[in-house]
Amino acid sequence: MKWPRLRRAKSGIENFTMRGVKLEEERRRSVFTRRALLLAGGQAGLFGFLGHRLHTLQVEQGERYATLAEENRVSARLLSPPRGRVLDRNGTVVAANRLNWRALLVSEQTQDIGATLDTFHRIVPLQDHERTRVERELRRRRRFVPVTLREFLSWEEMARIEVNAPDLPGILIDVGTTRIYPQAEHLAHVVGYVAPPAESDMDGDPLLQLPGVRVGRAGIERFHETTLRGRAGAVQLEVNAVGRVIRELDRREGVAGQDVEISLDSELQRTVRGKIAEGTSVVVLNARNGEVLAMASQPSFDPNVFNAGVSAAQWRQWTSQRSTPLINKTTNGLYAPGSTFKMVVALAALEARVTTPGERVHCPGHFDLGDTRFHCWNKGGHGSVDLRQSLKVSCDVYYYEMARRLGINRIAAMSRRLGLGVPLDIELPGTRPGHVPTREWRERQGRSWALGDTVVHGIGQGFYQLTPLSLATMSARLATGRAIQPHLTRAIGGRPVRGGRAEDWPSLGLNDRDLRLVREAMWAVVNEPGGTALSSRLPGALGVQMAGKTGTTQVRRVSREQRERGFRVESLPREWRPHALFVAYAPYDNPLYAVSVVVEHGTSGSGAAAPLARDVLVEVFNRFRTQPAPGQRIAEGRG
Amino acid sequence: MSAVFERRLLTRDRGAGLLQKFWQIPWPFVMLLSAIAAVGYVALYSAGGGPEAYASKHALRFGFCVVMMLCMGMVDIRLYARLAPLAYLGGVGLLVLVALHGEVGKGAQRWIDLGPLQLQPSEAMKIILVLTLAAWFQRASWERVGNPLYLLPPLILVLIPAALIFKQPNLGTSLITLMLGGAMFWAAGVRWWKFAIVLGGAALAAPLAYGHLKDYQRARITTFLDPESDPLGAGYNIIQSKIALGSGGMWGKGFMQGTQGHLNFLPEKQTDFIFTMIAEEFGLVGAMGTLALLMLVVAFCLFVALRCRHQFGRLLAIGLGTNYFLYIFVNVAMVTGSIPVGGVPLPLISHGGSAMLTVMAGFGVLISAWVHRDAEFGPARD
Repeated sequence: MKWPRLRRAKSGIENFTMRGVKLEEERRRSVFTRRALLLAGGQAGLFGFLGHRLHTLQVEQGERYATLAEENRVSARLLSPPRGRVLDRNGTVVAANRLNWRALLVSEQTQDIGATLDTFHRIVPLQDHERTRVERELRRRRRFVPVTLREFLSWEEMARIEVNAPDLPGILIDVGTTRIYPQAEHLAHVVGYVAPPAESDMDGDPLLQLPGVRVGRAGIERFHETTLRGRAGAVQLEVNAVGRVIRELDRREGVAGQDVEISLDSELQRTVRGKIAEGTSVVVLNARNGEVLAMASQPSFDPNVFNAGVSAAQWRQWTSQRSTPLINKTTNGLYAPGSTFKMVVALAALEARVTTPGERVHCPGHFDLGDTRFHCWNKGGHGSVDLRQSLKVSCDVYYYEMARRLGINRIAAMSRRLGLGVPLDIELPGTRPGHVPTREWRERQGRSWALGDTVVHGIGQGFYQLTPLSLATMSARLATGRAIQPHLTRAIGGRPVRGGRAEDWPSLGLNDRDLRLVREAMWAVVNEPGGTALSSRLPGALGVQMAGKTGTTQVRRVSREQRERGFRVESLPREWRPHALFVAYAPYDNPLYAVSVVVEHGTSGSGAAAPLARDVLVEVFNRFRTQPAPGQRIAEGRG
Repeated sequence: MSAVFERRLLTRDRGAGLLQKFWQIPWPFVMLLSAIAAVGYVALYSAGGGPEAYASKHALRFGFCVVMMLCMGMVDIRLYARLAPLAYLGGVGLLVLVALHGEVGKGAQRWIDLGPLQLQPSEAMKIILVLTLAAWFQRASWERVGNPLYLLPPLILVLIPAALIFKQPNLGTSLITLMLGGAMFWAAGVRWWKFAIVLGGAALAAPLAYGHLKDYQRARITTFLDPESDPLGAGYNIIQSKIALGSGGMWGKGFMQGTQGHLNFLPEKQTDFIFTMIAEEFGLVGAMGTLALLMLVVAFCLFVALRCRHQFGRLLAIGLGTNYFLYIFVNVAMVTGSIPVGGVPLPLISHGGSAMLTVMAGFGVLISAWVHRDAEFGPARD
């Protein structure tokens, strides 16, 4: 192969005639021109294709791609609003948010993560499991996303971190919020507590997916969850391809959770709790409108513990204890009402006209029905008693007889009207409605209802399962004749809720004369010689009188032998002793407060429950005399 | 007349000849190239968020290349024809060298590190191939081109570099080299039916060739066929590029306002995807304007080819034009998701010295072909 040379141009002329060269050159040139133009045409066609392609992408589908680009660029993030507080009736904070100082690590800001962690460990010791968690999160997250090293730093720990900041590259101190309950165990059963949301809590609110968010697990925190939670704000951020935030495009502030004001008086609550022992429940209601003023159940627990997470050991201890500290006995403890139930039977008998206020029943100390003998608590008998006397001395025989005349269903109907064995509107999730038996209920169980059963139920024994709260409700309804519902919420976000005034509650529709008679009998229980709670009447210096009723309910059946041998309750082991109950309201002539007291294994209503109720009422009057009493506010509202 | 004048000019009066040649330089073409480089400057300014990252270097490099191109443009065209075999040997030698000692970039040996300059011999080889083939065919008569035996040596000349580039591996450039060779053969007058045979054979061999491709090359082809199949993996680049292009719309998002580019959704926006950046920020109008400028370069090559009075210059010009056209088409088709992605830059606009240097060297030869369009070569031989 020979390569063309520049010099050959001259010698070429000798070999070819000029004409031949010209012809050949022309031919070559025309072939080239033709083919070059074809090539150019092809290229122009391909340029056209590119132009068409660009037009398709940018104009025809431009909108679609613009949306996609926007989706790429904009990332919406939620802003967690502050959770609403819970205040008591005096504005005292009972649940609030506290700043939670955390140490975070941003791995891209440190050269050597291991070294930084080691230094941090020397300043604030990290447990092995904490370190494993941190290292796992560091691997999983992008390098600019902070990872929490430690929450709830003390001032001292923060100071040490700040001082050593130069040796801790990438470590930040950040502040979040956590829930705090200043009243600790005093209001735990009412206010409840918060915990991280579980799968079942996910109600579609995106807020719940934010890290660090807490939802109410019990009590007011749970009942008013949506009110307290507020609505999440959103911030639209411009992010780059790896998710780093470039700038904020738009910010929509969330709606802060609203404060909830509850009717409880935390000062009174503390005082009441100071007076009661394990296994005792006390409920104090505003008799006019059903506001719960105090609701104490011993023992209790510290809800602050739930913030950092409850250890398995702590949980086991709480749940295995016989005294059940996590359970609010005023709403979830179930008791037979005993003699405190006699007002229900009395009212039912009066309304059904199976007796008259003046009718006297003879009590020989027992009541015979066929071959079965039912004993009165007073072996010697009460002699001839009318309705007023029967309540005052708590004669069992009178109520055996009334029950026999009424039948169980009429008793049950009256008890439901008075708030027993029906669901109440209290804002405490999980509250038990309790139970009052009926003939049909028993038959549904495949058993028959005997007349003897009715007789026993006349004195509040048997299948009843009632909560201290429902007993206090009964007391308030007896005192006012209105169908008040016990409730805790007074205001949401500063606006009062319905139910604050007595007129908000409808009348029970009971005969006024009947009610007056029962109330007078309850007054006699406490204030007349011979009344079962005479020793527990309010001190004269207070200038008010209370009306009440004692109750004692057996935990175990007393056998005939025991009875004949001269049975003494004090000889029983504590957990076999009867429960002591007392229901009351005061002042007698202008009812403001209703109280129920249940002392588990307290032996006797008059001995254990009534004195406690008196002490509580004394505290209530002392407390509200120095400031506008709930009742006065109502009175003004009526005027 | 003019041929005589040219000859005297070339052989006798060198001093005055240089000045004459300087005036002969096609200045509108130089302005056109500068305009394209300016578009590149603007795009790289945006891609780098300022001049420091890419744009300044780009301008500096272009300035250097323009001087080199003008110098090359005044060298006698016949000298290039004589030097072509030497250049070919040098080019193949570099390709062998890069295969033995080259820097590995993205799973392929493509670069040779010469201190301050990183050379990509496959780019230079395309220009050299055009020169070599033009030199080979410049004296071939119509009859001679019809002789299959005469076509065998140039075929080997094409296949050697194509094979070496394919082994790097760089499928895209290898195919472009083959297409470039094909265009040269076509322009030289190789008969229609021979092309038909080769294309038919290639179509039959394609499934066989697929089996020899590297995994990443196969991934490109499958991704091209269905980009959404792997949106975060191999398909990511194509999808993000199409989003960037499409979201530019008719008028674009404005200079420095392209979200896809500035937020790094767009990969390699300063090199292979620079056209996407332009289309996002300046819309269809900016993209078509840029394409038009690039088309004018190809058109000028055709113009030079048609005006040349010697076959060497004609073939050279059409070859260089085709080379530039292939860069543009493959790159733009790639970023619009029309063909599989392969690392082909957009010369004079993309950031990167190797492509610009070789392309500008090619335009230097093209200018020489224009300046010496009437130079005399020996006549064609049978």
